[in-house]
Amino acid sequence: MIRPSPLPGFGLGMGILLMALTLVVLLPLGTLIGRGVLMGPVELWQHLGSKRVASALVLSFRSALVASAFNLVFGLLLAWVLTRYRFPGRRLVDAALDLPFALPTAVAGIALTALYAPNGTFGKLLEPLGLQVAYTEAGIWLALVFVGLPFVVRTVQPVIEEIDPEWEEASATLGASRLRTMVRVVLPMLTPALLTGFALALARSVGEYGSVIFIAGNLPNVTEIAPLLIVIRLEEYNYDAATAIGLAMLGISFAMLLLINLFQVWGRRRVGHV
Amino acid sequence: MTPFILRHGRAPLLAALLAGTSLGTPAHAETTLLNVSYDPTREFYRAYNDLFNDWWTAQGNEPVTIEQSHGGSGAQARAVIDGLEAQVVTLALASDIDAIAGNSDVVPEDWQKTLPHNSAPYTSTIVFLVREGNPKGIKDWGDLVGDGVQVITPNPKTSGGARWNFLAAWGWALKTMDGDEDAALDFTRKLYANVPVLDTGARGATTTFAQRGVGDVLLAWENEAFLALAEIGEDKFDIVVPSVSILAEPPVALVEGNLDDEQRRVATAYLEHLYSPEAQALALANYYRAWDTSKAAPEDADRFPELDLVIIEEFGGWAEAQPRFFGDGGIFDQIYSE
Repeated sequence: MIRPSPLPGFGLGMGILLMALTLVVLLPLGTLIGRGVLMGPVELWQHLGSKRVASALVLSFRSALVASAFNLVFGLLLAWVLTRYRFPGRRLVDAALDLPFALPTAVAGIALTALYAPNGTFGKLLEPLGLQVAYTEAGIWLALVFVGLPFVVRTVQPVIEEIDPEWEEASATLGASRLRTMVRVVLPMLTPALLTGFALALARSVGEYGSVIFIAGNLPNVTEIAPLLIVIRLEEYNYDAATAIGLAMLGISFAMLLLINLFQVWGRRRVGHV
Repeated sequence: MTPFILRHGRAPLLAALLAGTSLGTPAHAETTLLNVSYDPTREFYRAYNDLFNDWWTAQGNEPVTIEQSHGGSGAQARAVIDGLEAQVVTLALASDIDAIAGNSDVVPEDWQKTLPHNSAPYTSTIVFLVREGNPKGIKDWGDLVGDGVQVITPNPKTSGGARWNFLAAWGWALKTMDGDEDAALDFTRKLYANVPVLDTGARGATTTFAQRGVGDVLLAWENEAFLALAEIGEDKFDIVVPSVSILAEPPVALVEGNLDDEQRRVATAYLEHLYSPEAQALALANYYRAWDTSKAAPEDADRFPELDLVIIEEFGGWAEAQPRFFGDGGIFDQIYSE
């Protein structure tokens, strides 16, 4: 079945791949799923059926979607500006974009809370307008936009760099307006990368814990995210309920990523490879 | 009994490793203790470890290396259950040590009977910290459910201190409402409706209140409230003492399953010495209420106001109170299920 490759080292490479995948990904996930299977569907549902769990799951996925959609638009814009224009400080901005990867997310959460709390630098300006960011759902969005932004920028950036200006010039000589060129020529070429970036940002935001718990008010049914509810269940030594919520998150995330992948496959068939 | 022996067997190895890293390689392995504690005891145990070592060496013993670990009380208990090689635990409430006894075999079930005063060498209570001048005029628990009053307290599911807060409120409600539990449930529901932020730990709640400027009143450990005044400034906050509060007993225990013979000797002395007049004076200086005031400075001993304290035994002890109030589907969950 496996045709011998002319490249050497396939056996060794594949062995290392499978071992790493098993140790780091499959074993922990397998344990989680195994616990769930032992519990059985009835008990699983009992742990998930409450209003509080439902609110937490809806909140987690809704905020992740909102933040990733925001990042999709503004990440594209940022990547475009960074690759298409030359301006002083460009490299600095480019380097700064990676900070959300490197910074412990708790630090980001505390910094954002300090700025957007009612007595913080920005919070003070927003309060007279009746706007509150920290300790509301908007605060969760803010934290998730922070952690997810580099994923979109870093996946789209190399693709924009690869786009030959001749495509756009050809489009212009054929009489297309700038907007039409963007929508009909450039965007279709970027779509697969954009979707990948969106999926990565989404996956990252759904499970984000460190930054969110500082800026969310953590009120049950209102601003309590699903990962926090898992921690709360663990603190109660209720490992079954924690497993159930973990499995629900795993299932929903998997379905969403699958959907995005299918969408990508469909798009590739329609547009063809870039 | 096999796991017990296994754990027991590993402890000396760890001790040797720790001693080896801390002080080069002494001729004989130095005894090391790991004290796993909760958040606000940092300052107290740092001072107590020096006090204990001075006393211990004065008795003609070799000095001891004492390592400290701090964190949320529940999380610390879980770490010990999951195999953290603690020799001594000093946590925020008995139910966390009960959890260690119940979910592993390193602590015996009757641990709380081994030392005086329910194994609590120092106690504290729950008081209110309000903004300077008390602009909302908060005097007692009843004022906390008023319109426009914002109360800061952590989540009792994740914070030991917050459980004492909740039970103190419940105790006041029962006393003023002739023991009517429905009325008490109604009162606590209104109280938590006034909570805009539910932090995961006591230090987090203090930060939200003191640094972020959120809320009108913080329900706090008495020792944390005094510490906040001393650290952040007496001109920023006032302490308000309610008519009724709770006797909060942060207990201590030996982790029997993680001790070798030498460690047992040292750890037993380490916990017993907490009850000595000198250690009690140190606890008082760190704003804890202690039992023995004979060696304490008068200003440390006289700092604490008299108030009506309910005790955990009135709720059937932690073994009953924990599942009833804070378990899955318990009274706290009912508050948020409408």
